[in-house]
Amino acid sequence: MAASRRPGTLRKAARTPLGIASGILLGLILLLAILAPVLWTSQANALDVVNMQQGPSAKHWLGTNLLGQDLFYQVLVASRLSVGLALGATAIGVSAGLVLGTAPVILGRRVGRFITSVINVAVAFPALLLALFFAVIFGIGAQGALLAIGFASAPAFARLVRTLSASVAGLDYIAAARIAGVSRFRLLTRHVLPNIGEPLIVNATIAAGDALLSFAGLSFLGLGVQAPSYDWGQLLNDGLQHIYTRPAWALGPGVAVVIAGLAFNLFGEALAVGLGNSVPRLGKLRSALAAAAAKSKAVIPQPPSRTAAGDAMLHVRDLRVAFPGGVHPVRGVSFTVHRGEAVGLVGESGSGKSLTALAVSRLLEDPAQVAAAELTLLGQDLRTAGGGAGTGRGRAAGAMPDRELRRFLGTKAGLVFQDPMTSFNPVKRIGPQLAEVAAEHHGLSARQARERAVDRLRAVRIPRPEHRARQFPHELSGGMRQRAMIGMAVMGEPALVIADEPTTALDVTVQRQVLRLLKSIQAAGDMGLLFISHDITVVSQVCDRVLVMYAGKIVETLPADGLADARHPYTRALLAAVPSMETPREEPLAVIPGRPANPADLPVGCAFAARCAFASAKCRAEDPALVADDSGHEVACWHVDQVLAVEPTAAVPTDALIADPESVSAPQIAGETA
Amino acid sequence: MSELRFENVTVRYGTGRHAHVAVDGVDLVVPSGHVVGLVGESGSGKSTLARAAVGLVTPASGRILLDDKPVPTRGRRPLQMVFQDPYASLDPRMTTGESIAEAIPRRAATRGAEGGYFSITEGGKLSSACRHAEAERLAELVGLPPGTVDKFPAELSGGQRQRVALARALAGRPDVIIADEITSALDVSTQGAVLNLVRELQRELRLSMLFISHNLAVVRYVADYVAVMYQGRVVEHGPAERVLLDPGHDYTRELLAAVPRPGTKLEPETPGVTP
Repeated sequence: MAASRRPGTLRKAARTPLGIASGILLGLILLLAILAPVLWTSQANALDVVNMQQGPSAKHWLGTNLLGQDLFYQVLVASRLSVGLALGATAIGVSAGLVLGTAPVILGRRVGRFITSVINVAVAFPALLLALFFAVIFGIGAQGALLAIGFASAPAFARLVRTLSASVAGLDYIAAARIAGVSRFRLLTRHVLPNIGEPLIVNATIAAGDALLSFAGLSFLGLGVQAPSYDWGQLLNDGLQHIYTRPAWALGPGVAVVIAGLAFNLFGEALAVGLGNSVPRLGKLRSALAAAAAKSKAVIPQPPSRTAAGDAMLHVRDLRVAFPGGVHPVRGVSFTVHRGEAVGLVGESGSGKSLTALAVSRLLEDPAQVAAAELTLLGQDLRTAGGGAGTGRGRAAGAMPDRELRRFLGTKAGLVFQDPMTSFNPVKRIGPQLAEVAAEHHGLSARQARERAVDRLRAVRIPRPEHRARQFPHELSGGMRQRAMIGMAVMGEPALVIADEPTTALDVTVQRQVLRLLKSIQAAGDMGLLFISHDITVVSQVCDRVLVMYAGKIVETLPADGLADARHPYTRALLAAVPSMETPREEPLAVIPGRPANPADLPVGCAFAARCAFASAKCRAEDPALVADDSGHEVACWHVDQVLAVEPTAAVPTDALIADPESVSAPQIAGETA
Repeated sequence: MSELRFENVTVRYGTGRHAHVAVDGVDLVVPSGHVVGLVGESGSGKSTLARAAVGLVTPASGRILLDDKPVPTRGRRPLQMVFQDPYASLDPRMTTGESIAEAIPRRAATRGAEGGYFSITEGGKLSSACRHAEAERLAELVGLPPGTVDKFPAELSGGQRQRVALARALAGRPDVIIADEITSALDVSTQGAVLNLVRELQRELRLSMLFISHNLAVVRYVADYVAVMYQGRVVEHGPAERVLLDPGHDYTRELLAAVPRPGTKLEPETPGVTP
């Protein structure tokens, strides 16, 4: 139902070359199964007594059997029974599996647990053993084999359905539906089944191929289809007795089984691959990006004069990131991080701040394309000709080969991510994970690496580091894990630490501790820190300088202790949007009207114009450049003077709020219920 | 006229040796038409308490009462919950309209006329057209643009999804709404808009609300009363002004000290001190 209104993922998945090829093959086989008996039954059953037991000839392509019937036509006609039985058995398996696997959702916890253990026991038996067992129970013949193979495949499907539905049942939207009073049956049909359908279809397709082979196997053993009916397995069984004298008799049905089995399996695999990851088309993206970078060279503001100083450590000029389909999330970012300096990068989600960090640390991979006029750490060019950071203009002078570059970054840059639970390998102990970094990049011996790991855990003030090093990530609290992550970042002697939302997942109390730790680690090592967050308050507590990013560009850079002097309307809006302990309770909170700019569809002029109370025709036509004043305070806005004339907290007039869906508040609701 | 009362509620996870007491004998009252802010660190049991109230977990002991009666688990659910993660709390395969409509009770019961925000009935049972119209009205109520009901969650921003989640909670015509960290997955810029909406709706509809958050500045803005949870227990409870200006418990003071203040530099951790 939903699939008809929404481009189905499965349909998209089937549009890969493998999907199309195997889909066509499968279609032909199904067509054959439908048409062959109608067209060729008389030829297949005709007795040619003169030409009994012949080998392949022009008249009989695969020869004739003991009764003189044409084997080629028999193979064609047998396709219906073979494919039909395989599909029937799969249908039985899927249906039984669905009933068993979803029963726990319907029947509640206690009965569900019992059914789950029954499924688990049944899964332990090999499917073929079960099939033989059922074949004996249901009797020999086509019907018996159908039921046997169908039920033998049921436990695997039940297990799959159980696992899929259990993972879906744990999600919030199921909980929300339960709270809303939705019945268990409706939960199953409306929420669980639609969300497990796709992997189930993929598995059923592959299982149909397996069932085809199983039927061939059962018929071959004499347990399946019985004469005078015939399927491929039975033909194979007959033919195999004469494999040395008349090989074509067995090869014909054998080839049919292989082709049909492959068609099912390949189509299933193609769907599975398509579901797992969609393959975007790269097209001419790289060259287009390089062209954009080259063209924009003329208008790039020159880096601030300070970068000429010898203490510049990370130097980024005109960094661009693009994705296929004309999406430009980072559009010419230039900044410098000096030794011992903490620089904050602030913006809403989708502003390109995290992509900037990933591009700098060379962690972006295809299909993301990175280009920069300059990207150096400690004077070393981080751009390479190949890979994700290609400039399209050939290898930059002094660029390293990929492997050396990775090692250079591994030792000179440390990374801290938002969620340490997903950044650590859950099945490896903390100590060895840290040691691995040292062994990989610094060439330390295993023992030295281990000692270094414990030493680093101590440095991030984890109590009893020797003990903690032997623990698994899940045994540490969120704050401890983030400390360990910081420890990992400083395993080498990094010149630069990049922290991407390092405290967003943490409580305020723990956040405070981790921020102070970051600060002390940075100060102790005289490192540069690039701190990325959506919360300008947090950034201002840690950093010396704040870069405010919007729609892939830096719109303002200002000292962290000079936030009150913010000049860009966006910076002011960000500051006003965070409730503090002094926010007046009786007034609505200041909000930024509208939605963040879409990197796939950016306006011509200033990207913030649509949400800005100061926007004029000029803003919508021309993108303002980042201009520095004498103190180094940079801002990209046409109306700085007007902005400065307004009190900072009142940067967004309230009448701008109503027009926009993201920020509709008091007035409409009052009107609604009055 | 609906007061939510927790009486000595204890929730345990696991059994025997592995049992873990998540909520430990909590007494808490959400007065009718007021907002109680529940603060505490992760693992303090605040979300478990919320899940116990809406029946997603069963308390080991204690009672959860709505107007001195046990919270009903059949028919109209007078308690509704809004979840933290707007990306996980909406079925990706249902339009937002379908998600909202699903929560509208099958039978339009008594509250309709005098309750204020539910009126379309047809012989006591709602036709699907009525349900759709009601879903549209609720979407408009939470400030979603027209046409949103026909969209899938993937087409909406985080803030808009959280509005849909609010609309769905309202569709159940609740007396009490439980908001579990509803802004912590949102950008600061969107957070303000959602908080404004929550406050307006609460005042307009006179809802009782349990507002859970670890951000004291947010709680202070929304709540009339504040309860502080620490290791499964409520360690402090009182009017918001009193608790925030004159905290009585050490943990509350610690929480208050940790609230980020713009421009105030954090001093580095002093070496040798283990947290």
